[in-house]
Amino acid sequence: MEIPYTYKPRPDTGLYNAKVGIWLFLASEIMLFGALFSSYILLRVQAPMGEWPKVAGAWPQGLLNIPIGTFNTAVLITSSVTVVLAWAALKMNNFKAFRRYMVVTLVCAFGFLGIKSYEYNEKFTHYELRLKSGEAMTGHLEVNGKHPGFWDFGSIYNLARLEKEKVTEIKFTADPVKPKSGEKHADSASHAHEAKTYALGDIAKLDAFVLRNHTFFAIYFVITALHGLHVLGGALVLGYFAFPGSSMWKSNPEQFTNRIEVAGLFWHFVDLVWIFLFPVVYLL
Amino acid sequence: MSDHTHAAAGSDADSTSGSHDHHDIGAHIKTYLIVFGALLVGTLITVGMYFVHFESMAVTIAVALFIASIKAFLVAGYFMHLLSEKKMIYSLLAITVVFFFALGTLTIWSSNDLPKNSEMKTIYVP
Repeated sequence: MEIPYTYKPRPDTGLYNAKVGIWLFLASEIMLFGALFSSYILLRVQAPMGEWPKVAGAWPQGLLNIPIGTFNTAVLITSSVTVVLAWAALKMNNFKAFRRYMVVTLVCAFGFLGIKSYEYNEKFTHYELRLKSGEAMTGHLEVNGKHPGFWDFGSIYNLARLEKEKVTEIKFTADPVKPKSGEKHADSASHAHEAKTYALGDIAKLDAFVLRNHTFFAIYFVITALHGLHVLGGALVLGYFAFPGSSMWKSNPEQFTNRIEVAGLFWHFVDLVWIFLFPVVYLL
Repeated sequence: MSDHTHAAAGSDADSTSGSHDHHDIGAHIKTYLIVFGALLVGTLITVGMYFVHFESMAVTIAVALFIASIKAFLVAGYFMHLLSEKKMIYSLLAITVVFFFALGTLTIWSSNDLPKNSEMKTIYVP
């Protein structure tokens, strides 16, 4: 049985069917990400005022790596333009150019995911430490002389785990305190990048920058990981069309071109989500 | 409704459905590259604004979202061809926009049901 309207426009909609389909899917995606963005706003507005980590639960600002985030934004925008150029190449009957643009798109997609992995790892190895005396800081942890490696989930500690493993003391290298305009931090500057030893009995809270630690990390990881899965899914589909699926170009070029347009629409949507995600989680 | 879309689709079919197929694809490519440049510039402006430090948080948020909206318009309008799309897609998206804002409003409205900041300040799990 032949599937109708794969390239001929359906008379009542004026569109080939897959285009209506992808837009319906994107509408549901808008709702999915809309729910998460709304949750983000809710958590952000309800967070206690003040500077984190001084104030527990306050919204951490400037915690994410802005230069890397900016670069990743550029990578995703580049992949968005190359996918539309790949489609335009097919429209002009230039399969070689199509393949070239698709390869660039795929490189950008996996580049984006690689950079995101690096950022995630930075968070998994970064810690918040609260002492019973009320002092709070962020920094890097050393347990039994070990530093965690890349994506080493086994080395993510919190207080409960340290107690369970009968660790009595930890070493902690505090981050240098960022001097705010009008404030002097003469004393903190001298301590910067110096590992200090803390007895476990003095610690009120210790946790890595992971979901359970703070609502900011919870919503940050959920939204960016969901977005990352969309990038991965889109890359797999585009990869299929660029290589094994491209045999359709010979048998049914119109339908193949439409497939690229539809996959491209999804890819642009993923880019669109990031356009809002980047300023919201990195800069605000 | 169906008559309406039918008529719209019929009239559009001649003028726009073939717009991507013809010789003007070269002009499209030029547009894509200009939009690409504009998006990169927009990203740099967004990041630049972060370092400007406005007094009010409301202004900071407004500026960031305004630039993001322009970038979103460029991607949706040109890369996703929404500027020259069929009526049905517009109807579909109009409904989505209504539900999107309804969802957001309901979620943010629920903040009235949460304890006040002062009560939450001391809550953290060690």
